[in-house]
Amino acid sequence: MLTNRRSVLQGAVSGLLLTGTGLGATRARADLPQGTLDSAVLEALPGKRPLLKRSYRPPNYETPLTGFASPITPNDQFFVRWHLSNIPEIDADAWALNVGGEGVEHAMTLKLEQLKREFEAVEIVAVCQCAGNRRGYSDPHVPGVQWGSGAIGNARWKGVRLRDILARAGIRSDTVEVAFHGDDRAALDATPPFVKSLPSWKALEDTTLVAYEMNGAPLPHWNGFPARIVVPGWVATYWMKQVNSIEALGSPLKSFWMNTAYRIPKGKFPVNDWFPSQANDTTTPITEMLVNSMITSHAQSQRVKAAVPVHLRGVAWDGGHGIRGLDISLDAGHTWSSAIMGDDLGRFSFRPWEFRFVPMKKGAVPVMARATNAQSAIQSDSLVFNPAGYHNNVIQKIELVVV
Amino acid sequence: MAITQPLQLFSLVSVAFFSLHASAGESALKLKDDAASAAVVAQCSICHSLDYIQMNSRFLKREGWEAEVRKMAKVMGAPIAESDIPALVDYLTRQYGVQ
Repeated sequence: MLTNRRSVLQGAVSGLLLTGTGLGATRARADLPQGTLDSAVLEALPGKRPLLKRSYRPPNYETPLTGFASPITPNDQFFVRWHLSNIPEIDADAWALNVGGEGVEHAMTLKLEQLKREFEAVEIVAVCQCAGNRRGYSDPHVPGVQWGSGAIGNARWKGVRLRDILARAGIRSDTVEVAFHGDDRAALDATPPFVKSLPSWKALEDTTLVAYEMNGAPLPHWNGFPARIVVPGWVATYWMKQVNSIEALGSPLKSFWMNTAYRIPKGKFPVNDWFPSQANDTTTPITEMLVNSMITSHAQSQRVKAAVPVHLRGVAWDGGHGIRGLDISLDAGHTWSSAIMGDDLGRFSFRPWEFRFVPMKKGAVPVMARATNAQSAIQSDSLVFNPAGYHNNVIQKIELVVV
Repeated sequence: MAITQPLQLFSLVSVAFFSLHASAGESALKLKDDAASAAVVAQCSICHSLDYIQMNSRFLKREGWEAEVRKMAKVMGAPIAESDIPALVDYLTRQYGVQ
């Protein structure tokens, strides 16, 4: 694929038009940086439908609003995020997964067919959200990939439990972390490889998978074919794509991507899932997702007709407790009404919701959506600033224009 | 390391990258042209497309761009000589930053 990759430009459509920002007199939140709006285009990677390009190399593409029409995100619209630019085409027959490290009794190598044949297959619907989703709305802006709201997707993942693999390798009880390596490579040898680890308690949970299918099909190349780690409830930085090695460690992993990147300040965000071996006095690795939601049926400044019912739809999610409800406000947050909740596909999944109302008066109507999870955690009223722009779960507000 | 060395490295690497990786879209990316832009293109595009710079504009002050350049050199292993850093930071601040 690398040699004949043909990226199909779908026309140099202005990011301003694509994202619909800058149209309202009052803004719900900080806009994406102007340079982000100007450099965004809709482009289809091979095998994908057009996605919003943030960067070509490494490829970082987010799902446009149209990709969230159903609570399961289609594989060909699922967002793409890589740190390193060499993403090899993997031959599934030649691929092997090495399982080793000081924390296992017997290192082993597994072929894809062995994974499928020799271990119990399990399926789980889970949200995969980049830690930096919505970074572009940070106020003030912070450097990094300037994601809008589309560095997220929800899929039915099929694979085997990581703990079953580790059990066969004879994981020792004093294992501190389990590390994952992938096949992606940087342009320069001097660049630190993208290596991540989980605390052993999370690696051994029965929901943590080595997945080889996504929505009933092999993983797309851009989403980690032939196998990736799936960590339901946790942000996507741990979901190693093109995984080729799993290592049980007796001491904390030393890696830029653990020790420096993907960390949040202690005390600013609620944390249930701690990662003590990688925490320090002031920061700790980002772990589970916060309760959040997205309006998917309407975009900022979309026009609707007076006296005609508006059918709002969207999704809500959290870090694995499950969504209890979603409330809508049409009066800038003074009063809230319950949305009707859709099918529950599991506690790690997008939970669809819908809400109907009839706008009578012409002009702007502010629409706000606020999710509450099973622990009674609700979305944040205002941005909790942090230097890497993580965990933006501010209540979304769009304005509809009634005409 | 003089600026010529990264340029040589770039020319070697570019054969691999622009034949294997550069999409039509990436090839069309163009940074704002001034006396320093060629050096910035040579250094930065070894590892990533130039839209990383465009996307991150304009909100970084000089200190912000300097931190990014130093991160690329010290953490990401970019072959940027200490003596070349001020010119890169000047350009990024001038064309893609805020005062």
